Amino acid sequence: MSAIVILVLGLAAMAAGYFLYSKFIAEKIYRLDPDFKTPAHEYEDGVDFVPTNRFVLWGHHFTSVAGAAPIVGPAIAVIWGWVPAFLWVVFGTIFFAGVHDFGAIWASVRNKAKSVGALTGDVVGKRARSIFMIVIFLVLLMVNAVFAVVIAGLMMNFSSAVVPVWGAILVALVIGQMIYRRKMSLPMVSIVGVVALYALIGIGPSVPLQMPAEVAGVSGNAIWILLLFGYAAIASLLPVWVLLQPRDYINGLQLFVGLIILYGAIVLMNPTMVAPAFNDNVPAGTPSLLPLLFVTIACGAISGFHGLVSSGTTSKQLNRETDARFVGYFGAVGEGMLALAAILAATAGFATLADWEAMYTAFGQGGVNAFVEGGAFIIHNGLGLPEATAATLLTVMAALFAGTTMDTGLRLQRYIFQEWGEIYNQAWMKKPAVATLLAVGSCLLLAFGAGGADGSGGLIIWPLFGTTNQLLAGLTLLVITVMLVRLRRPMWYTLVPLVFLLVMTIAALLIQLRTFFEQSNYFLLVLDIVVLIAAIMVAMECASALKRSRAEMAAEQ
Amino acid sequence: MNDDHDRGHDPRLERIRAWLSQARFFAEEVYSSRYRGAIARARRDEDDLFMLLVFSEMMGVPNPAAYYTLELQPLLLERFHDWHRRMGMERSPLDHFKCC
Repeated sequence: MSAIVILVLGLAAMAAGYFLYSKFIAEKIYRLDPDFKTPAHEYEDGVDFVPTNRFVLWGHHFTSVAGAAPIVGPAIAVIWGWVPAFLWVVFGTIFFAGVHDFGAIWASVRNKAKSVGALTGDVVGKRARSIFMIVIFLVLLMVNAVFAVVIAGLMMNFSSAVVPVWGAILVALVIGQMIYRRKMSLPMVSIVGVVALYALIGIGPSVPLQMPAEVAGVSGNAIWILLLFGYAAIASLLPVWVLLQPRDYINGLQLFVGLIILYGAIVLMNPTMVAPAFNDNVPAGTPSLLPLLFVTIACGAISGFHGLVSSGTTSKQLNRETDARFVGYFGAVGEGMLALAAILAATAGFATLADWEAMYTAFGQGGVNAFVEGGAFIIHNGLGLPEATAATLLTVMAALFAGTTMDTGLRLQRYIFQEWGEIYNQAWMKKPAVATLLAVGSCLLLAFGAGGADGSGGLIIWPLFGTTNQLLAGLTLLVITVMLVRLRRPMWYTLVPLVFLLVMTIAALLIQLRTFFEQSNYFLLVLDIVVLIAAIMVAMECASALKRSRAEMAAEQ
Repeated sequence: MNDDHDRGHDPRLERIRAWLSQARFFAEEVYSSRYRGAIARARRDEDDLFMLLVFSEMMGVPNPAAYYTLELQPLLLERFHDWHRRMGMERSPLDHFKCC
């Protein structure tokens, strides 16, 4: 089957979702009001609350939520064939992610731009808020560990990307200085930055830097993981304008350029889908599609992380309430497009089925490497770029996204540790350096604890990360549903996704529990149990909160 | 010189200029909006330290540069109220320097 057909089908469905379904949700369920005074206007302070042009806000929201996760998840999940992954990404984006992201903005805007965490406390209850904190901490922990493993794997497999990836940091540092000290014009600096980044990508294949398989008794992979955490710790302590701000900006530009190149190459080459539609020849040890598919692809179908962005920063900058549909729902569509590109690259970018099967030898294999190799194959044949350059380009794209998420995640984790220091009166824990060390230490423990001393097996926790992420999404959907019940509006459009997510999450946790037990991986077994307890508590919280608000509504009548 | 004259006569040039300034505006918004809050807070922290230096003598902390900082006090008066509130003091800590 031609990849263009899949591409067109996917894009058409998502466009229909945006133009029809989100319109219905905006008018009939959330009932957006163009005259509502948004927090950006009500509390305008020029710092956090700033009314922002909706296109700017969309760009900002989209680049914050789109990272490496919508690439890694779908690229792992195509092991069951491309149809299940494709359907979940498309329908997940339309009926789950869009409604969730859009709803999180709406809920926050209607409640003084509070974050979902605070809203859980206000709308659902104090207990739910504590669960929320724990779930957030687990998500951050896993995301940092997983992404360190992903980048380390990329650095080991694609040595041509080492120079561009680390060079990109240098480019960002220089750009930051150019803007703040030299006050140079931004369009000029943007062009210089992008050109410098692509020049680095161009020379990457001629200056490969291969980390030896073993250095002083430690595997090369483990060295990369340690280096990455060292970098992330320093980056998360630096003032944001030095590195984070210019790097995010360059990354955002790179995201659009990368998407255009990938989609353009697919259209020009028109590859055929090499991978089977439904894979009935999955490698031994692959868990069953149901329910694991729904936690393997989190970002790209629905992700709780988006709720944090939606309610944390986006809602404070929303100019008009009606903009929430464009920013939130279309942001989710953008992410769905990235996931779709990842699926196509990882299934159509191979010459033969045997090549594809050689890539997907076990569950958790393939993944982002398949995305890079498949994507490079398509770009090479579609645009005529040398395959090594194309592979470097995609590796840099994936590694930079993962890196950005890592140091943002580490920064957030540090805040949580500092907050705990505040709550429990531990002055030492409030120091940024100490809190950062604690955050790095806990992530390293997970990265190595999950996958052994070489840190290569860290992707085992990917589905566990997806599960925790879905729990977070469940909590956000719960807040929206309770708000809808109190407003006497239909709750099914958020309740059905919520119940579906909870059922799939708990089922996936139970299945993984058994797998970890059989593999006698007790470290992950314990982690699984922790997440499972959180999941059950979330489910019970949902039931009781809904029952309570429905009873309140009935009593009022 | 005849810049205005030219602009009035070449709508294409004007359109390009307008487009460029629009692009510049968007780029700057995209660049700054994400970290506006964090940077403003960091800047405020630095300003707070400066406030402490300027008002230190009044709170019994000897300041060798007091003669010079005294001159700055009226300039910082406007920010004084917000500052002492942020530092956890409901009312002005200085007897002879009331603001609320």
